[in-house]
Amino acid sequence: MAQKTKVNAGSIPSSGSQLVTVAKYEFRNYFGSRRFYVLLAIALLVSALLTYVVASRRPASFLSSSLDFYANWWGDIASLMVILSGIFFGGDAISSEFQNRTGYFLVPNPIRRSSIYVGKWISAFIAAVIILAITLAITMANAFYYFGPSIPSEFIQSIAFSLIYLASVMGFCFLFSSLFKSSSYSILVSAILFLFVFSLIETLVASVVQTEPWFVPTYGASIITNVMKVPFPAHAVSQTFRGITITTYSATIIEGLEILLSYCAITAALGLYLFERKDFT
Amino acid sequence: MVSIEAIGLTKNYGSFAALSDLNIRMEGSKCVGFLGPNGAGKTTTLKVFADLISPTSGRALINGIDVHRNKRAALASCGTLVETPEIYPALTPRGALMMIAELRGIPKSERAGRITESLAEVKMEEWADKRVGKFSKGMKQRINVASAILSDPEIVILDEPTTGLDPRGMSEVRDIVKSLKKKGKLVFMSSHLLSEVTEICDEVAMIDHGKLLVYDTLANILSRFSSSGNVVDVTLARATDADKLKARISSLEGVASVESVDPLNFRVGIRGGVEAQERLLTDLVSLKIGVISYKDASLALEDAYLNLIKDTK
Repeated sequence: MAQKTKVNAGSIPSSGSQLVTVAKYEFRNYFGSRRFYVLLAIALLVSALLTYVVASRRPASFLSSSLDFYANWWGDIASLMVILSGIFFGGDAISSEFQNRTGYFLVPNPIRRSSIYVGKWISAFIAAVIILAITLAITMANAFYYFGPSIPSEFIQSIAFSLIYLASVMGFCFLFSSLFKSSSYSILVSAILFLFVFSLIETLVASVVQTEPWFVPTYGASIITNVMKVPFPAHAVSQTFRGITITTYSATIIEGLEILLSYCAITAALGLYLFERKDFT
Repeated sequence: MVSIEAIGLTKNYGSFAALSDLNIRMEGSKCVGFLGPNGAGKTTTLKVFADLISPTSGRALINGIDVHRNKRAALASCGTLVETPEIYPALTPRGALMMIAELRGIPKSERAGRITESLAEVKMEEWADKRVGKFSKGMKQRINVASAILSDPEIVILDEPTTGLDPRGMSEVRDIVKSLKKKGKLVFMSSHLLSEVTEICDEVAMIDHGKLLVYDTLANILSRFSSSGNVVDVTLARATDADKLKARISSLEGVASVESVDPLNFRVGIRGGVEAQERLLTDLVSLKIGVISYKDASLALEDAYLNLIKDTK
């Protein structure tokens, strides 16, 4: 073979380039993995069921207006697909490096752990966005069929909020993934929190403690659906029933964005901090 | 000059000290064997140098650069293979090595050639484009060896590199390590196989309970700590009177003991190092007793090891 160029500290690519390399190969790994296709199948199945139900039952709540259609369809499906995507792609993104020992192949190279973390985060986010995009395409195809190619601006906002929520969920999943060395633990904790615990806390805090659940990410994510409701739900609605007052809270758009973006930043930073300090033992 | 240095390296897990104030410096082109019983701290040391774990205190330097302060610069000229890494199952060996080539900054024009060369060196060319997911442990270990040498690093850190390999694979990895020495590399290698260390290492470091017991040349360690000295196995083409033969061999210069294994095989203990071993071979041939094989029985290092490491409590 021809003369080899000496590889030394000066020839190591920048951390940004290395981050892109990690994201690229991680993404290839997702595409070659079964879980990508399982999640794709779930997205297609849920979309197909909705398509069938709307076509056969013609529910008035869906077909009264274009905005109602998007509010009901996308509002129902977006949060679920965001949470599932986060769990599928981020749930064990870091913990698997420890449990499956792939970290022993990647980490002992001249690359910062932060580049590995961020690279994996970006690839998980992109893989999740692809699943969301497919779900979105089916949603829009149905909407175009019933209402023609008019897209309400509220729906565009809802898509943007879904992406911010995805970043927030991904942050949480990466945090738990950095916390545990077992893939099953990290996936399980993320799934239980987002599918059950956060919703339960949100309900209990609002109805029992009578406090706005501003610290719960699913509360912030309610803006994905609420932005498509006309009028936008009031921030606090109190109802008295047999002497008991129950207050229902809805996050304002600003408040929802603050909650989601805060969680995205805090969890991402905390997850990275843990990964930087975790030993491969 | 290339170097690896541990300065006061300590790693505690709660009250357990996996490494305790380890100080060692190795430099230049050579192969250093790293020996010790299970739990002695060998892998912990190598993991610290590979940034897989952080030390509680102390410094791990590669070419004078602290791995934990400037990892990118420190590991730029260092290839590592610690424990038995797994490779992303959906990648092929070529894909996995391409990722390493990109991360290590191997010029684009050289990547494909170097990957093919590395895969050929570990005899994995045929499997280059198959997914790693279904590979055996030994096949994965070959890819890991290829990954460690891909960027032609000045320093190579290997943790029991022949683990999981079949006898042929073990022999091939030993040949790779020998060729690295010839190319002027510094190889720091842990192993439980004393015969392997005797065959390929120039220097030996022994560690126990996280503390360095000795670091010296192999010859010095054998002369200082091996009570049996060198031992060679001699095979003859034809059987002879064993007693007469033992007497003739015993009379040769430097022979400490002669043991008849069977009518065709003898084990001869030698006083002295490599020179005494060379002289004995010449003398045995001159006896015209039909010597057809003469090889190191590799017991001397074992003896030194057992003398240094009394128990593993």
